[in-house]
Amino acid sequence: MSLIAAELERHGISTVVVQLLRLVAEKVRPPRALLVPFRHGYPLDTPNDPAKQMAVIEAALSLLEDPSLEPPALVDYRPDAPQE
Amino acid sequence: MGDMNEFSLPIKLFLKTYRWRRIDPVPWTPLSKPLSECRLGLVSTAGLTLEGQKPCSKEIKGGDPCYREIPWDADANRLVENHRSESWDHRGVEQDPNIAFPLDRMRELLEQGRVGSLAERYMSFMGSVTAPGRLVRDIVPGAVQNFVNQGVEVALLVPV
Repeated sequence: MSLIAAELERHGISTVVVQLLRLVAEKVRPPRALLVPFRHGYPLDTPNDPAKQMAVIEAALSLLEDPSLEPPALVDYRPDAPQE
Repeated sequence: MGDMNEFSLPIKLFLKTYRWRRIDPVPWTPLSKPLSECRLGLVSTAGLTLEGQKPCSKEIKGGDPCYREIPWDADANRLVENHRSESWDHRGVEQDPNIAFPLDRMRELLEQGRVGSLAERYMSFMGSVTAPGRLVRDIVPGAVQNFVNQGVEVALLVPV
C-alpha cells in the first residue's frame, strides 16, 4: 500500500494512506498517513455508518491540505477533535 | 491505533521481524490547487472484485500482486470479498464493503463539491503481499500510469 503511494507521489499524484499499525507506518514511511485506532478489517471505522466513515476520510483528505506537514507525515486520527 | 494484540503470536512475530521495505527518500507531491478542483482516485487492498470479475489468486506464494479495476459508479453492495488472509475479521467488509472500498463515500465527496471529479476506475489489490518484488517491478508502474492516464491528481489508499 505505502509502496504504491510512494510511486504515485513520484509521478505527481498527492496521496494519503489510511494506516492501521503505527509499527508498519514507522518502518515503511509512506508520504502521508492517517493512523487510525481501528481493528484490521475495519479501516474506516464502522460498517453501515456513513458519517463515521466520512469522518475518517475527511481527516485523511485534510492531511493533503495541511501545508505544515513534512514527509513522512504520520498523523493520529482523533475522531473527537474539533473540526476547523 | 490498530493493536498488535489482535493477532496470533505467529502473526505478531512475523510483523515484528519482517524486513519491511523502507521508503527513502520519501517522495512528496503537495497539492497544486484546491482539493475541490482535483480528481480523486481510490486504491484499496481489501481484495474486493465485481461480481463475475476474476479475483486475484489466493494460492501464489508471497501473494498475488495483481489488481482489478472497479468503476467509480459500481454498486458497493455487489462487490465480492476475496481476500486471502485469515488474520483479520472479514465480517465488517462483508456487511458493508464501503468500510474498505468507500465507493459511496467517494460519490458523496463529489456531490458535496469536496473534490472536483473522480477517477473513472479505481484499483482493488489483494493485500498480504509478503514478497513485494513482483508488485514493485511488474505491477506498480502500470498501476501508476493507469491513474496518470485518468488524470488523477490525488489518491486515497485504504488497507484492510
